[in-house]
Amino acid sequence: MPWGEFKDTAAERRLFQRRTLVVLIVLLVLMAVLIARMYQLQVIQHETFSTISDKNRVQVQSVAPTRGLVYDRNGVLLAENRPVFGVTIVPERVENLEETLADLQAILSISDEDLARFERRLDEPRRPFQELPLRYDLTEKEIASMAVHRHRLPGVEVDAELVRSYPHAEMTAHALGYVSRINRSELQRIDPVNYAGTNYIGKSGVERFYEKLLHGSVGYQHVETNARGRTLRVLERQKPVPGEDIRLHLDMRLQTRAFELLEGRRGAVVAIEPETGGVLALASVPGFDANLFVTGIGVEAYRELNESLDKPLFNRALRGQYPPGSTIKPMFGIAGLDSNTTTREREIWDPGYYKLNPRGRRYRDWKRSGHGWVNLDSAIAESCDIYFYDLAVEMGVDVMHDYLTRFGFGRDASLDVTGASEGLVPSRDWKRGTKDEPWYPGDSVNMGIGQGYNLATPFQLATATAVMANRGRWARPRLLMDVIGRDTVHDFLPEDNYEDIVLDNPDDWNFIIQGMRNVMHGSSGTARAAGRDATYEMAGKTGTAQVFSLAEDEEYEEEDVRERLRDHALFIGFAPVDNPKIAVAVIVENGGSGSGTAAPIARKMFDAWLLEMSGQPASVVAGALAGEPQ
Amino acid sequence: MAARDFLDQRSANPLSVPKGPWSLIHVDPILLVLLIALMSFGLVVLYSGGDGSIEMVQAQGIRIGVAFVVMLIFAQLDPLVYRRWAPWLYLVGLCALVAVLLVGVGAKGAQRWLALPGLPRFQPSELMKLAVPMMAAWYLSRHYLPPRLSRVAIALLLVFLPMGLIIQQPDLGTSLLVGTAGVFVVFFAGISWRIVGAFFVMISVAAPLLWFFVMRDYQKQRVLTLLDPESDPLGAGWNIMQSKTAIGSGGWNGKGWMQGTQSHLEFLPESHTDFIVAVLAEEFGFVGILCLMALYLLIILRCLYIAANAQDSFSRLLAGALSMTFFIYVFVNVGMVSGLMPIVGVPLPLISYGGTSIVTLMAAFGVLMSIHTHRRMISA
Repeated sequence: MPWGEFKDTAAERRLFQRRTLVVLIVLLVLMAVLIARMYQLQVIQHETFSTISDKNRVQVQSVAPTRGLVYDRNGVLLAENRPVFGVTIVPERVENLEETLADLQAILSISDEDLARFERRLDEPRRPFQELPLRYDLTEKEIASMAVHRHRLPGVEVDAELVRSYPHAEMTAHALGYVSRINRSELQRIDPVNYAGTNYIGKSGVERFYEKLLHGSVGYQHVETNARGRTLRVLERQKPVPGEDIRLHLDMRLQTRAFELLEGRRGAVVAIEPETGGVLALASVPGFDANLFVTGIGVEAYRELNESLDKPLFNRALRGQYPPGSTIKPMFGIAGLDSNTTTREREIWDPGYYKLNPRGRRYRDWKRSGHGWVNLDSAIAESCDIYFYDLAVEMGVDVMHDYLTRFGFGRDASLDVTGASEGLVPSRDWKRGTKDEPWYPGDSVNMGIGQGYNLATPFQLATATAVMANRGRWARPRLLMDVIGRDTVHDFLPEDNYEDIVLDNPDDWNFIIQGMRNVMHGSSGTARAAGRDATYEMAGKTGTAQVFSLAEDEEYEEEDVRERLRDHALFIGFAPVDNPKIAVAVIVENGGSGSGTAAPIARKMFDAWLLEMSGQPASVVAGALAGEPQ
Repeated sequence: MAARDFLDQRSANPLSVPKGPWSLIHVDPILLVLLIALMSFGLVVLYSGGDGSIEMVQAQGIRIGVAFVVMLIFAQLDPLVYRRWAPWLYLVGLCALVAVLLVGVGAKGAQRWLALPGLPRFQPSELMKLAVPMMAAWYLSRHYLPPRLSRVAIALLLVFLPMGLIIQQPDLGTSLLVGTAGVFVVFFAGISWRIVGAFFVMISVAAPLLWFFVMRDYQKQRVLTLLDPESDPLGAGWNIMQSKTAIGSGGWNGKGWMQGTQSHLEFLPESHTDFIVAVLAEEFGFVGILCLMALYLLIILRCLYIAANAQDSFSRLLAGALSMTFFIYVFVNVGMVSGLMPIVGVPLPLISYGGTSIVTLMAAFGVLMSIHTHRRMISA
């Protein structure tokens, strides 16, 4: 104690006690503030915070349905789903993002595109602990090295998702189409609820047409998640309905054969079963590997495909519009007889050219010396142009347009084949509309041999051939054979509502078909070489389509130019004549003559289907499923 | 029972010497019972806040045991000893604080620990929570009270010097607690209300200065986040919003022990340390909060009673300051978790996981018990 100071202990105590009283009041007030605050949060705003709390922990997750599988008619798998592994990063759990990315780059190949996409997602607003995708579709080797290195890369995860896969790659791309990531414009039209968990959608072909059937219905689960988004338990769940598995009329053996026959060429083969309209083969060569497009094709690879001179991305079978050439003649034969423009017996003199009027231009026959006297039967067998020039002028454009349309030309006759072109059947109206010119008789002359404005796709030629084989009965071409587990396919296919071609004299069918038979088997048939030594009878018609123009600034090797200026070789046909099982259209681009190039291919298709494959379903085929998928 | 004792003893002669077995071991049974009740409740909440980790409860139990031993030891020492050693303790603490700034260790950008060879690691700022009020009480009680203005100034200087050093670490929470302890000593000493008024004016002037010259960016961010948590829902605002959600969703009766979704699903940050009161509020509801607040209030009232009945000025000032510091702990922690105050690193006293603050607090309670049980027949 310091000295000399008077300490009044009693006064000091009283002073302290007064201060304590003040402090006590302040303390009670502050305590009341805390309690009031708690009351405000816990009692007054309880509802609000309860809701926030539930929203925090309970999340509705969509469960994507498994996409339906696609089989060929024998149960060979054409489209399946394979697990694909990707790498995701949870930035909150990564200590040093740059280092981690550098480490990952040593393990995986990460393109600049991948990095840019990742960094874009990083900058967007997001929930903490949300996973951001970095790379899709790891290779086996990358999955293995990720497994080795993952322990030292916290926050890096390997995720799996089911992705479409096409085991037959190039051979089915044009027939099946493919799926790919949903893009912005598709987002606008799809049902956002049903596609909540789906990343892929059918872009073309069967995958697109039967998108609804193959996709299935989304499922849900209410899950309790922690702050890191990790699912702790499932509170409630509604299972997704997987997509339907479907079976196509396509026969993978025949499809493969078509590819083999067109090997090294550019062209298309379409085979249809006339009875059902089922598409047995739909080959466009060269094809492309649709698997590349599923997870997203690289810019380089896409450019290479897109700029290739052989146009592998172009679906020649469905979208290749060629002048049908002489293959149109049997249809005009039907038109001529049914419209009473000509008769079976009528003969005309073919000097090797045709003139509309005595001083007019000469329209040449392919055979410079001419065929001499020809009737309809021999005009078809020998492919006489003069007869059909004359017939076309006699019939006039209106009759030709009418009959060609009834054969399915100029319109998309397919039931479930997406992306088929309509081709072109010219008419007076069409010409006035597009060229602002009247229809000249010369136009009819050209049209009579399938040149001029006429355009048809191989698919349309095969369809018309099937109608011919059916003697006028329509079975619109289709790919879907059945939906596995369902009794009827009618619920899924559009209405097969084309009017059959009924002739005044139904025997005219057999007359024209006889002409087509003579193409193959007649002594002067244009394709008699292709029809030789057959154990069955076939009907056919050859054709050539001239290649008109080549842009002058395109630089090709001289060899190339010569090759690519050659005529397209065409052929249509069906077999057997009396009980048609298969109708085929073949086009070989720059293949030269229809009889030399296209007809032998069709013959081999007939042989394959009628002799090798008929009555021999799946079990013999390598790669087929062990049993029927049902 | 406790409340009745409290009322009974209010009228008792302050100069009387307590009798009975408790005073022999220098323990105040009322305070002891209240502390045990609070810490037991705390362990129950901690088990849930640590997501059912029995190891965490065991570790905390051991710390509590150590803290009780420390309390007992501090209770045995006569208040005279504290008064005698106060300046030296203060000097040692000050040197240690300087040493921390020079050679300290720590994590997350803060240097708070001193690792001297041969000694266990310790946090000098914790020592100052006791040493600063002791020093201020020692200095002011040497002369008659209320103190002259010049002595007040020197006392405040003694308080602000270590406070400034602790801010430099940086550790805003501890420096506030140390400062409050010292300032309460000065207040209890009876400075005139004019000075108190001037002090508040000074603070309101100093606040903007602090904002621009002293506070670090992360501290400013905390203040801004408090004012508008939604402005940064994914960053700093996340903590406040999640803890308010935890508290609010508890309602009257809570979601039940171990049933708190906010804490168990890891939405609530630091659910076993600084934010443990949100776990309690979520699982035990408003009723649980009332119980907790009642326990704290009873403890503080008992401490203030001890202070009011202390025999000399030094003891009174020290006891009063320690009691109020304990309250400030509670107020700052609950205030920050419920979104009334910015987030400063202050644990919920005696409940949050972690040993340092419990040992310091129990040492303070030991000092209070010492003051209450060491009585002389003649006033010093």
